[in-house]
Amino acid sequence: MTNEELITAIGKVEAEAETRQGAQYVETTVPAARMYDFMNQLKQDKTLAFDYLFCLTGMDQADHMQVVYHLESVLHKHVLVVRVKTADRENPVLDSVSDIWPTAEFHENEVYDLLGIRFNNHPDLRRLFLDENWGFPLRKDFKDDIHIVSR
Amino acid sequence: MAELKEVMITTDDIKTDEYLVNMGPQHPSTHGVLRLLVQLEGEIVHNVQPHIGYIHSGIEKMTESLSYPQIGHLTDRMDYLSAHMNNEAVALCVENALQIEVPDRVKYIRTIMAELSRLASHQLWWCVMGMDMGALTTFFYGLRDREEILDIFEETCGARLTVNYSIPGGLMFDIHPNFQRDVKAFIKKFRTKLPEYDRLLSGNVIFTERTKGVGFLSREDAIAYGVTGPTARASGFACDLRKHQPYSAYSKVNFNEVLSDVGDTYARYQVRIQEMWESMNIIEQLIDNIPEGDYAMKMKGVIKLPEGEFYQRVESARGEFGVFIVSDGKKNPYRVKFRSPGFSNLFAINHIAKGWKIADLVAIMSTFDLVIPDIDR
Repeated sequence: MTNEELITAIGKVEAEAETRQGAQYVETTVPAARMYDFMNQLKQDKTLAFDYLFCLTGMDQADHMQVVYHLESVLHKHVLVVRVKTADRENPVLDSVSDIWPTAEFHENEVYDLLGIRFNNHPDLRRLFLDENWGFPLRKDFKDDIHIVSR
Repeated sequence: MAELKEVMITTDDIKTDEYLVNMGPQHPSTHGVLRLLVQLEGEIVHNVQPHIGYIHSGIEKMTESLSYPQIGHLTDRMDYLSAHMNNEAVALCVENALQIEVPDRVKYIRTIMAELSRLASHQLWWCVMGMDMGALTTFFYGLRDREEILDIFEETCGARLTVNYSIPGGLMFDIHPNFQRDVKAFIKKFRTKLPEYDRLLSGNVIFTERTKGVGFLSREDAIAYGVTGPTARASGFACDLRKHQPYSAYSKVNFNEVLSDVGDTYARYQVRIQEMWESMNIIEQLIDNIPEGDYAMKMKGVIKLPEGEFYQRVESARGEFGVFIVSDGKKNPYRVKFRSPGFSNLFAINHIAKGWKIADLVAIMSTFDLVIPDIDR
């Protein structure tokens, strides 16, 4: 499937998805409320078949949080970048995709640990690296006077 | 005198409780500070929950206050056994973002160094694999050969482990005048030494009994759990990025992607042994053809990436290593994410080890070739 065909196919799956050709991969943004169904379709649809989630990144974007999913189809060899924004910055919540791609379970744990994004229906949401007394260090307003020297 | 009565014990009286055992964080077969919380019934593993974070170094946070050439130095410290591939990933990502193409000489040298790293990494894996199975001799054999690669590294860039040789725009130094001679001598010698590995361990009855038919991972599960590298290729998942998305000089060489469809511990062992042969083939095709030219491009003193998101995937010794740079146009990145192969691989262990014995868990762990700083980063 070429990138143009991929963009049309994604438009058919989810009308609210904003899809465009990025510098490297096809990128799409979906509303948080629609993301779980959309992701499930990406995996189940035979022509898309995105079965390999190779990267899951959380980001602090000043007024909201964002999670970026890098997906690849092993069969069709196409790659898609899915972007989901949270409504709230202080208490961000998204749906978990760990039952679609099991590898997401631990990547979501990592995102929760470092950015404080909570995932609905996650089987075991826990802090992975740090203990409970820490804040969320990858947030841009994180302050640590002892360990971070700002110039 | 009281009469002694024989006490009868039937198996119905013996009850086994499920109990939790901490394996690690100081355990020889976890290869670093990794704690596995193992739920056992007798010897049978019911559940494995990995606990990490003992050496979390906050590299992703640190990168946000560093410049792009400085980030390369940190990636050495993540997966220190494939330090060169990690450097290369950052260098390639920055070069792609700036849309520059490095000279062919750089590409060739990077590929040779990456394959030497892979050889050194697989040799060390073979050492500790034997050790985990109780064969101490493998450690001496493996380290003997690895030493020669580290000597080549030292001669080339001054460091033996954290090489930091690839930088955005090229290489830190040109190769040493003896580089080609030494590499060729090493390959010639190692071609006679690698069959020794097979004679020592691959056919050993104790070793094969503990690895053949133990710890299966299916192709579908490998993909679903994001398992990559030799571990996934042993399950038939063709994920070698050198073959499928060639970077540097990989498009100019002929080599086979080593695959197996068995998916057990022994298959993962064999795939890594075969990959060592393939690495030697790649080096031999390149070593005599290194083109003349510059070893680095002239770069600006302060590298600023254009606004946007950049992703680069490379094949490290453990699997797919990804660098995701989000730039807002300044000299520091806005956010950097390292997709480390060990992280995804580690969490597939629970799925594989369920139902096997605790001794099998040790065998499964060693074929996953975990490097803890890579997971904990």
